[in-house]
Parts: sequence; structure tokens; C-alpha cells
Amino acid sequence: MTTTEIDNKTGLVTQEYKINMGPQHPAAHGVLRLVLTLDGEIIEKVDPDLGYIHRGIEKMTERDTYKQIVHLTDRLDYLSSHINNEAVCLAVENALEIEVPDRVKVIRTIIAELTRLASHQLWWGVMGMDIGALTTFMYAFRDRELINDIMEETCGTRLTMNYNKPGGLMFDIHPNFQKRVKEFIKHFKVSLPEYNTLLSGNVIFKKRLQGIGYMSKEDAIAYGVSGPSARGSNISCDVRKIHPYSAYDRVDFNEILMEGGDSYDRYMVRMKEMEESMKIIEQLVDNIPEGDFETKTAAVLKLPKGEYYQKVESARGEFGVFIVSDGKKSPYRMKFRSPGFANLSILDKISRGHKIADLVAIMSSLDFVIPDIDR
Amino acid sequence: MNAVINYFSEIIGGFKTLLQGMGITGKHFFRAHKEIITQQYPDNRDTLTFEDRYRAQVYMEHDENNEHRCDACQTCEIACPNGSIEIIFDRVVDPETGKKKKVLDKHIYHLGMCTLCNLCVLACPTEAIKMSHEFETAVYDRSELTKALNKPGSKLKES
Repeated sequence: MTTTEIDNKTGLVTQEYKINMGPQHPAAHGVLRLVLTLDGEIIEKVDPDLGYIHRGIEKMTERDTYKQIVHLTDRLDYLSSHINNEAVCLAVENALEIEVPDRVKVIRTIIAELTRLASHQLWWGVMGMDIGALTTFMYAFRDRELINDIMEETCGTRLTMNYNKPGGLMFDIHPNFQKRVKEFIKHFKVSLPEYNTLLSGNVIFKKRLQGIGYMSKEDAIAYGVSGPSARGSNISCDVRKIHPYSAYDRVDFNEILMEGGDSYDRYMVRMKEMEESMKIIEQLVDNIPEGDFETKTAAVLKLPKGEYYQKVESARGEFGVFIVSDGKKSPYRMKFRSPGFANLSILDKISRGHKIADLVAIMSSLDFVIPDIDR
Repeated sequence: MNAVINYFSEIIGGFKTLLQGMGITGKHFFRAHKEIITQQYPDNRDTLTFEDRYRAQVYMEHDENNEHRCDACQTCEIACPNGSIEIIFDRVVDPETGKKKKVLDKHIYHLGMCTLCNLCVLACPTEAIKMSHEFETAVYDRSELTKALNKPGSKLKES
């Protein structure tokens, strides 16, 4: 319903109206359609409309065996594909009580952190681009390429790696892996301060983000926001700290928390998280224990009857895998708790009263990956 | 008075951050010849190198006698999550033992459905199929994406 108002002083007739943002919008990072209710340039309501990239992955899992399911999770949040794989593998391993070797745990953690770095780099580049700083994209992709090369060498592909399997890894790490990771860390330690000088301190960028899209602590908890977006509102929710999995219990790192809750704080959380990721990788890369890269498992895994849940910290927040098994080779039901979906739900709340141009900034600061939201 | 000082110091501080950003860009502008990372594809097609594990599509290895190692056991067909592999085989009676044995007729591979998850290659007990580095897979018609991996006239390698 549209309402028509007549301004008493000027006699102007104003009308609230609706426009579509997306599904093919360059700032929407994918096929996300937002129905905006506007008063002039001020946002009154945001209605996300999903379904443009729905592939029914949760249904497809009911058809596949547990080993086959892993590769489907690459296609959820494709920027943290390794972390999603890890979640499924950990869930299956816990259900079957398989103890994976220490070597697997450490390698999984290193690659998960590399994935997180690559994801944050891409986010940083695209965030600058959304605001209007086109250069950042080039810087981010220059550095991300190095991670992609490491992935290509060890895992076989650059983005949808499918490197995990229940019980271990697909191959052992490549002999060059440690050397190249160290080279990358050395390179990125120089690049990250450049990122900060180029964008974080930039006065135009700051003005665009500070005070925009304020998310209070209560709201963030009520809407189930997780990951860096929630940590920008001072909520301690890092799964790596609270429920350590893989090798996170043996590394020393800080959980980044910011007080402000606006877009700039969410931005700074991710920038500082990159430093923490590098710290984790540095601690582990020289200490990869010797041993097997897999535990031998049966050709077809059958989970005992019951319900299993495993959560991990993906680059966007808490990613959960919930399996209901009826004892057969495929799950009876498999549910993915994707961080993007919960983070999207708060978009309406925090963008009301802001301008359309700010909506783009808010969306970037929440870091959406649409296939993750719309499975 | 304070407000005026703040106003001007904000402007000066703002200019400083802009110049710092420009400084980074300028540094890379003058160093650009040292750090070229752009690859001139497709001009460098001959010199492109790939990592050993790089996965682009499935292929079947044939030796110089046009012999492969696939004994049509269908393990890859079962391992494939997407149904990208279909094995067509004949049952031939072995003249020595008198038992019926599977003989590969066609190893059909649908590249259009394949997600390159590597499960078939890991499952293969005889290492008959592998991942190749042939990454330029664009074709004019979708039907060209379906191919038989075993070459015409090829047969099982006697081990």
C-alpha cells in the first residue's frame, strides 16, 4: 500500500514508493532482490526476496552418501568452502567417533585460515568498490591470487577445493606448501598496512561508514547475527574460541571485539581478524606433526540413528551442520545453519532511516554471499 | 573558536589521509615494471604451467598400444555424486575359465554435469581415470560435452 501525504507548508504531494534493487544489481554481490520502500531517498523498509539461486542443496543431501555430500557444501558459501567442508566432515567424524590424526587437524586449520584470509581480502576489495574506491579491488585480488595458487597446488582447485573427506584429507600437503605459505605471510604482512593506509584511514571512506547502520547488541542477539558482524557490536561469539574444534585449542589468538556497532566497526573487525588469521597460520605452519593424512574409513559410511550438530566459524559467522540419521547411508534430513541468512534478516532493522547509497555500504559491511543465504 | 579549529584540523587531516592513499598508489605506479603479475592469456598459452594436482576434467590414460586400464568395475559410476559417469559394458565369456567377465564398451563422461570433486579418481582401483589439465572446455553445442573417454578400438591392458 502506498500512502499519499500533502505537505501543509509547501503544498507538495509526497508519496512513498517501492523500487527493486536487484536481482541483477552490481552492488548486491549476487542475485539478491531487495524491495525497497522509500520516502524520497530515505529507506523506510527493506524486504529481501530470495529464491533466485535456490538449488535445493539440503534436499540433494538426502540422495547422496556422506562422502558425496562434502562437495555440495563448497557451493554454499563459496568463499569459505574449506570451512564448510570441514563442518560436514567433523559432524560425520563425531557421529562415527573417528579420531583423525593430529596432522589432519593442523592442516585443516591452516587451510581454513587461508580461506578466511582469501575471503576477507575479496570482501575488502569489493567493499571499497561498493563505496566507490575502485583501486582496492586490484590490490585485494593481487594478494588473493597468491592464496589461490597455494590452494591450486595442494588441493587441486582454486575455489571449490573439496579437500576434506570424512576421516581426513584427500591428499597430503604438497611439498612446497609450507614454503609458499611462509612466502605469502611475509608478503601479506607488508600489504595489510597498505590496505589500512589506502582505505581504512581514508576520510571519505570513514564518513561513508561511521554512524551508518548502527546495530545494537540486543538487536544482534535477537536476530541471531554471528561472526564479524556481531563482533562489531561487542558480542563474543567466535566459535573458534568458545567451542574449539580441529587445532584451534592449541593456538594463541585474540577474538576481535569492537564497541561501536556501526558499519565502520564491522569493517575494522574484519581488518583486524586478518592479522589474527596470520598469527594462527604462523604458529602452525612450522609445527605440522608427522603422520597420516587420513584415517581409513569404510567405503560407504552409515551413521548410527540419532541427531548430530557441528558448528564452525566460517568467514561470515557461525556455520552449523545438523544431521538427522535413520541409520542408512544417506541422511534422513540435513540442515545447514548459514551465517548469511541470519545476518540478512537484520538488514531491514539497521538500514531504516538511511539513504539508498548507505544501504550499499551497510550490505557490504555485513558481507553477504548469496548462495550461502539461498541454498 | 574551538569549533573553527576542529573544522580546519578535520579538513587538513582529511587531506593528509587522501595524500597517504595517493602515496601508496604512486609507489606502485612507479614500481609497476618490477611487479607485473598480469598474465597475458591467451598469448602465453604455450608457456602456461599447471600444478600437478590441478583438476580440469576427467580423462582416461592410454598407452602407445591404445590400451587402457579400465576393467568396467563401475566403482567410479557409484562414487560420482552427479551421475556424470556412465559405463557401458559387455559381458564376454572368458575362453580359459568359462566365466562371464565385464569388458568396457564405452566410458561415457558428461563434463557438463561434473563438479570436479575428484571422488571418481580416488575411487578407481586400477588408476584408469585421472584428472587432466585441459581447462579450455568451451564448446558450441551442449552435446559436445558428453564424450567417451576410452578411445575407439582401445582395449584393456593385460597385466
